[in-house]
Amino acid sequence: MSDYLTDFVSLFDQYDVLAAFWVNLRLTFFAALGSAALGALIALMRISPIASLRLLGTGYVNLFRNTPLTIILVFLVLGVWSQLGISLSSDFDQNFFNWAVLGLSLYHAAFVCEAIRSGVNTVPAGQAEAARAIGLSFLPAARLIIFPQALRGAITPLGNTLIALTKNTTVAAAASVTEISSLMKTMIEFRPDVIIAIFLVVALGFVLIVVPVGLLTTWASRKLAVKR
Amino acid sequence: MSHTTPPAAAPASAAAGTAEALVRMSHVNKHFGDLHVLRDINLEVKRGEVVVVIGPSGSGKSTLCRAINRLESIDDGEILIDGKRLPEEGKALAKLRADVGMVFQSFNLFAHKSVLQNVTLGPVKVRGKSGAEAKKEAMELLTRVGVDNQAEKLPAQLSGGQQQRVAIARALAMEPKVMLFDEPTSALDPEMINEVLDTMVALAKQGMTMIVVTHEMGFARKAADRVVFMADGMIVEENTPEEFFTNPRSERAQDFLGKILGH
Repeated sequence: MSDYLTDFVSLFDQYDVLAAFWVNLRLTFFAALGSAALGALIALMRISPIASLRLLGTGYVNLFRNTPLTIILVFLVLGVWSQLGISLSSDFDQNFFNWAVLGLSLYHAAFVCEAIRSGVNTVPAGQAEAARAIGLSFLPAARLIIFPQALRGAITPLGNTLIALTKNTTVAAAASVTEISSLMKTMIEFRPDVIIAIFLVVALGFVLIVVPVGLLTTWASRKLAVKR
Repeated sequence: MSHTTPPAAAPASAAAGTAEALVRMSHVNKHFGDLHVLRDINLEVKRGEVVVVIGPSGSGKSTLCRAINRLESIDDGEILIDGKRLPEEGKALAKLRADVGMVFQSFNLFAHKSVLQNVTLGPVKVRGKSGAEAKKEAMELLTRVGVDNQAEKLPAQLSGGQQQRVAIARALAMEPKVMLFDEPTSALDPEMINEVLDTMVALAKQGMTMIVVTHEMGFARKAADRVVFMADGMIVEENTPEEFFTNPRSERAQDFLGKILGH
C-alpha cells in the first residue's frame, strides 16, 4: 500500500496537475463572461418587440443548443482556424485557448438565454405594462424593470448552466487545449499503475470547483428571493 | 402641500381652449380572434372632463381604456391625443405614453423598487429630472395621496389601498395630460375602496382630465361629467351621471342597472 502511495505522489512530480486545472478554471471564467454577455443579448432579442430580432434569437438558440459542443469546438479549430486560416492569437497555445473560450461561449449562451427567458416569464406582465405606461421604451424597461426581477427566477437555471460550463471545459481538449482531461489521458497512458487514483484526483478536483458554485447560487437565490 | 400642480394645470387648460378634444377616438375597431371587442367606437373627451366608462364584463371597456395608450393595438380607426395621432411603435409612442397616466386594476407597482423609487423612476429616466428634484416632487405627491410615511417601504409591505394610491402618485409624477383608470378599485377590499376613490375625486376637482373604467356609482355621481355605457363592444349610451342612473334610455342600460342596483 505504501508503495502505491509513493507511486501516486510521484505522479504530481511528473505532471503539473494544478496547472492543468488552472486552465479549466480560466476557460470557465472567460467563457462564463462571454456566454453571460451573449446570452443576455440573445434573451433581449427573443423578448424584443421586433419580429425579425425574435426570429434571429430563436434561430440562434435552436442551432447552438442542439449542436454537440465537441462538434462546435472541432469545427472552430479544424474548420475556421485550420482551413480558413482565421487566427485569434499569434501565440500557438493562446490561439487554441481563445477558440475554446469562443466555442464554449457560443454554446452556453444559448442556455444562458433560455435561463434568463425563464426568469423573465416569472415577472408578471403588468410590470412591463406599467413600465411602458410611464413612457419607458423597450431597452430601459428591460434593464430597469424586467431583468432585475427576472434574475430572481433565473438564478438557479443560471447556476446549473455555470456548473455545466465548468465541466464542459474538459471538451476543450478537442480544441487542442491542454487542460485537465487531456492531461488525464496522458497520465493514464504513461502511468497505468495508478489509474484509479488518477480518475479520483480529476473527479475530486471538479467536485471541489463545482461545489462552491452550487453553494453560491443557493445563497444568491435566497438573497434575491421575492419578498411576499 | 400641492401648491405647484393645480395652478399650473388651470391656466394650461384655459389657454389651450376647450373646443379641441384632448382624447378623440374615431371609428375604432378591434378583434381578439373572432371576438369583435371594439365596434366602431367614437368618443371625445375634452380637457378637464371626467368620463366614467361603465358596462358589463366583456363589454370592451377595459380594452377601450388600454387602447388609448396603446397597451392594446387597434385594427382600424384613429385615436388622437391632444390633436396628435397615436404613434404605432418606438420612441414616439413612449413619449406619448409619458403624457398619459395609467392606473391599473392590479396596481402593478415595480415590486423590486421602494415606494419612493416607484414614483421617481419615470421623472428621472423619462423626463430627465435630477434625482433631488424628482424626490422632492415625489414626496409632495405621496403626501397628497397620504402615503408619505411609507416612502421607503417595498410595495408588498403596503395594503392594497395604499399601493393603489402610490400608483396614482406614480402616474401623476409624469405630469400627464390625461389619466386613465382601468377598474382601479376592483381588486381592493371594501374598506379600502373609499380611500382610493377620495383621492380620485380630489384629482377630478383639481381639473385633471380622467377616463375611468369603474363600477363605482358613487364616484360617477360625485365626480363624473359624463357616463359612457358600453355593451358588446359598442358605446350604447352617453349621458350625465344623474340622467343615466335615474333615467337610462337603452334597454341594455336599464337591464344592467337593474342588476347592479337591485340589491
